[in-house]
Formats: sequence, C-alpha cells, structure tokens
Amino acid sequence: MRNIWTICRRELYSYFVSPIAWVLLAIFALLSGVFTYIISASFVRASLEGQMSGQSFPMNLNDQVIAPLFSNIAVVGLFLIPLISMRLFAEEKRQGTIELLATSPVHDLEIIIGKWLSAVLMYAALMAVLLADYSFLFIYGNPDWKPVATGFLGALLQGACLLAFGTFISTLTRNQIVAGAIGFALALILWILNWTTSFGNSVSVQVLNYISIVSHMDSFTKGVIDTKDLVYYVSMIFLGLFLTARSLESMRWKA
Amino acid sequence: MIQVEGLTKRYARHVAVNNISFAVEKGDIVGFLGPNGAGKTTTMRVLTCFMPPTEGRATVAGFDVFDQPHEVKKRIGYLPEAPPLYPEMSVEDYLTFVARLKNVPAGEIKQRTGQVMERCAVADVRSKLIAKLSKGYRQRVGLAQAIIHNPDVLILDEPTSGLDPKQINETRELIKSLAGEHTIILSTHILPEVEAVCQKVIIINKGRLVATDSVENLKDRASVGSAIQVQVDTDGQADAVTVHQRLEQVPGVSKVLDRTAHGNRFVFEVESLQGRNARPDVARAVVHAGWNLLELKSSTLSLEEVFLELTGSQPAAALAPVSGVAQ
Ligand SMILES: Nc1ncnc2c1ncn2[C@@H]1O[C@H](COP(=O)(O)OP(=O)(O)O)[C@@H](O)[C@H]1O
Ligand SMILES: [Mg+2]
Repeated sequence: MRNIWTICRRELYSYFVSPIAWVLLAIFALLSGVFTYIISASFVRASLEGQMSGQSFPMNLNDQVIAPLFSNIAVVGLFLIPLISMRLFAEEKRQGTIELLATSPVHDLEIIIGKWLSAVLMYAALMAVLLADYSFLFIYGNPDWKPVATGFLGALLQGACLLAFGTFISTLTRNQIVAGAIGFALALILWILNWTTSFGNSVSVQVLNYISIVSHMDSFTKGVIDTKDLVYYVSMIFLGLFLTARSLESMRWKA
Repeated sequence: MIQVEGLTKRYARHVAVNNISFAVEKGDIVGFLGPNGAGKTTTMRVLTCFMPPTEGRATVAGFDVFDQPHEVKKRIGYLPEAPPLYPEMSVEDYLTFVARLKNVPAGEIKQRTGQVMERCAVADVRSKLIAKLSKGYRQRVGLAQAIIHNPDVLILDEPTSGLDPKQINETRELIKSLAGEHTIILSTHILPEVEAVCQKVIIINKGRLVATDSVENLKDRASVGSAIQVQVDTDGQADAVTVHQRLEQVPGVSKVLDRTAHGNRFVFEVESLQGRNARPDVARAVVHAGWNLLELKSSTLSLEEVFLELTGSQPAAALAPVSGVAQ
C-alpha cells in the first residue's frame, strides 16, 4: 500500500510541476463551460418557447441538461485521456528511470496501480472542474442531485477504464507521442462504435454496444447504477491493468 | 557477497554474456573491465534483477536473483549507465522519493536524504531542478540515490563516463570513500580507473570471462618486460646512435627503442629484463657519460598491454581512449 502511494504521489508531482496538468485543466474548463452554456441556453430557449406557445411540455433539468451534458463530457474525456496516460511508462523507458523502479523493492503491480491511480486522480481533477459548471444549475434551477452523483461516478469509471488501457499502451513504446497517438486512435474507434450502435438493434449491434465503453455511461447519467455496467467497468479495468502487467513482464525477458 | 555461476544471457539475436562465473567477497571493490559491448551492463542488469538470466545462477547476499528478487533488491544500490533521474523534480524531492521507494523508514527519510546529499556533495543544489544540473552533479545525485538505503552491495555502471577529468577524480574519490561500508562492483572500459579505484578486477570480452585477479597480481603480470621512458640531453656531445648504444649496454636492459629527437634531446623507450628494475643503472649510465638526464619514468601502459594480451584484441579496437581522462 505504502509503495502504491509513493509511486502515485510522484506521478501527481510530475503532472502538476509540468504544464500538462494545467493545460488539460484549461482545455477541459473551456470545453465543459462551452457545452454547459450551449445546452443550458437551448434548454432555456425551449422552455420559453413552450411557455409562449401555451403548450406545456414537462421540462426537466436532469433529462434535458444534465444527462446530455454528461454524455458530451464523456466524449471530451475520451480524447483527453490519452494525454493523461501516454507518459506513464513511455517516459520512464525513455529517461531510463524504469531501471530505478524495476530494481527497487516494489512489485510490478504496485508500480502499475500507483501510476494508474495517479492518472485516475488527474482525471478526477478534470471532473472537479465540472462541479463548478453544475453549481450554476443548482443555484438557478432545482435539479435532482442523484443523477448528478451517479453521472460523476459513471464518468469516473469510464475514465478509469480507459486509463487502464492507456497505461497498457504506454508500456509498448518509449515515445509518449506514439503512445498518445495509439490511445487517440482507440478513443476514436470507441466513439465511432458508440455512434453506430444507435442504429438498429441486431445481435451484432448489441455485441458492439456491450463492448463499447461509452454506451455503459448511459444508465449512470439517468441516475441508475446498473450492476451490469458496474461489472463491465470493473472487469475492463482489471483487463487493462492485467495487460500492463504482462507487458512489463515480457519487457523484462526481452529487454 | 556475490556469486555468479555459469551465467548466460541471450538476446533475440546473439549471446551478450556467455557462461561467466565469478565471486565477490564482502567489502571488495571490484572493477568490471571490458571494451564496449563486452556484456558489462547486461551482467549488472541480471545482478540487479532488472532482467532474468537465460541460464546459470547469481546470488547476492545469499539470495537468488531469480527466485528472491525482492530480497536482492532490498540489498542493492544501483547506478545504471544513465543516472535514473526525473528532470522535473528537485534534488531533495527526488531523493526523498527514492528513499520511500527503497523502504527507508518514514522517520529516517529526512535525515538519510540530508546525509547522502552531504556525502555526495550535492547539498548546495538540493532545491534545484535536476533538469538544470550539470553532468557532474547529475552523476553525484545518481550515486546519492544508489546509497540512500545504505545497501550491502553497490553496483555502478560506468560511473565516470562522460565526466571531465576533475569530475572523474571527485567521483573516484567518492567511490573509494564508500568502500568500507559497501561491497562495490563498478564497470569501466578504462584501465587506469581500475588501477585507481579497485582491488580486484574481472575482465570480460565479447561476453566471455577473460580473467579475474587482484589488481596487484595483474600489475605483476604486466611488469613482464616493463618499459621505462628516458629523456636525455647530450649538449651536443653525442648523437642519438651513441646514446642508444650506451643504453643497450646497461645491465638488465633488453631492448631500446628510439622515440623522438629534438636537437640534442633524445627520448628512448627502454625495456628491462623480466623481474629487473633497470632504472638506477640507466640513470647512472647517463650521468657517467656526462649527459643530462631530463626525465626517467616508467610507462604506465603495462596493464593495458596485459589487457590486450588477455582479450586478444587489437589495441585500437579495444580501447580507444587510453589516457584515462576520456570517456
Ligand atoms: N536490449 C538488448 N537487445 C539486444 N541486444 C542487446 C541489448 N542490450 C545489449 N545488447 C547487446 O549485447 C551486447 C552486450 O551489451 P552490454 O551488456 O550493453 O555491453 P557493455 O555494457 O559491456 O558495453 C552488445 O553486443 C549489445 O549490442
Ligand atoms: Mg554498458
């Protein structure tokens, strides 16, 4: 445990003394701010139009602002995640500091979990920016807090899952740009997968839908914690970290 | 303290280390000597549990590197060829991190970090970023991280490579000062380094063990036909040929070679017979003849020659920088 925290802490140190954390936070603050503005502005317009035309649709802040906001943010997160995870092992290999880690009395698994955890915390810091955006909705509206809480949980789980794969990708190369590019390609594929699954309901679509990391977010944004999704995310995290461990091990035999 | 038996490491293409065996006693400083590509780094990486051996066994402090890597890692301090530094960290933060990583008890970390910074003369840059340090400082921070947990065994891969002569001397002194407390293996492709720092030497070439011996014994072997350099100024009373002939007649001298001549100054290389020290006789002969003896020194090439003999390689190919100040 102590070793995991030692590794994790050093990673966070590196995120925050280098520009990467601040650039990510700035990009994310900007994008999430823009999304919040656009979505809530269209909500306000729609509700005004509804009032003027005399029809009264049931307008709901949760369904029409918060859920779509989470979906959009999840996509933004998808593309920022490779930027968080790409350096984790690639940079250690390039700098030669991997020799320090690998010859210290810590287990591979502690190194892996420590690094992955630091990336998850970095991602959680991005999500915290969202809290600022949501606080406006709570000040000026009266949304149900439960879907907001589960939405955060879902976004965090999705991030943790992708970061586990990003960590794995980072062990494959000593060039973090390459690791970033592969991570980006993966994000793109998952995103497209999520698109295509909205067409039809055949078996293949259902399979793709299950594989697609993003689609498991949907129930969370609606305030529902589905065990099926939870199990999916947790097992994907395990898979990603397991692949990382195997990759480190084979690196030792080859290196 | 270290036992290596039949160690072989095969990479995809070729054999980097081929069936080598040696032992290192507690408290020794051992030089691991060999030209580039000899397999020094590979051997060290096996000893530090960075990678497993293909065949054979190695134990450190009684623990097998393959079966009990965790126990071995606790007892080893390792300075790889490139110091494993995080450029974005300050020296003190970095060493604190390494101390935690090496399981130094939390209460002792601050004190230990302070001690090794003093020891390795990096205390004056403790709050500087590692990225901003000079090569010499980085190397010393690298050494500081290797000793921070006071390990039984220190493994240093080319600790002076890339340093300037002053830094080389400082680093060697530092390593020598660590000798009492730790068993040290350091690799180098520079002979004088072994002479300057080590008590024992393990020579490898192309992955094979060539010799293991004490530096003293090796020097003795080297003194077979050891050479003296003589510089004589005749004030115009004699030419080079006369001096040459006179030197050849000195008892104990086996061979005289002309080196350089500037006006009346002549430089000769004089080889003496095995086990004989011809220097006093040479000096007396020159002075008796009424010439000025400007210089008389023994050439330090000896160990190099032994090395070349042992490794059977061509001088130029084996050791490019012979002077000891080059990398
Ligand atoms: N990771 C590797 N993969 C393949 N070959 C390697 C690897 N590392 C070193 N070698 C080869 O193994 C041999 C020994 O290398 P090394 O142990 O680094 O020698 P030294 O440290 O004595 O210069 C060299 O021929 C080198 O090219
Ligand atoms: Mg080497």
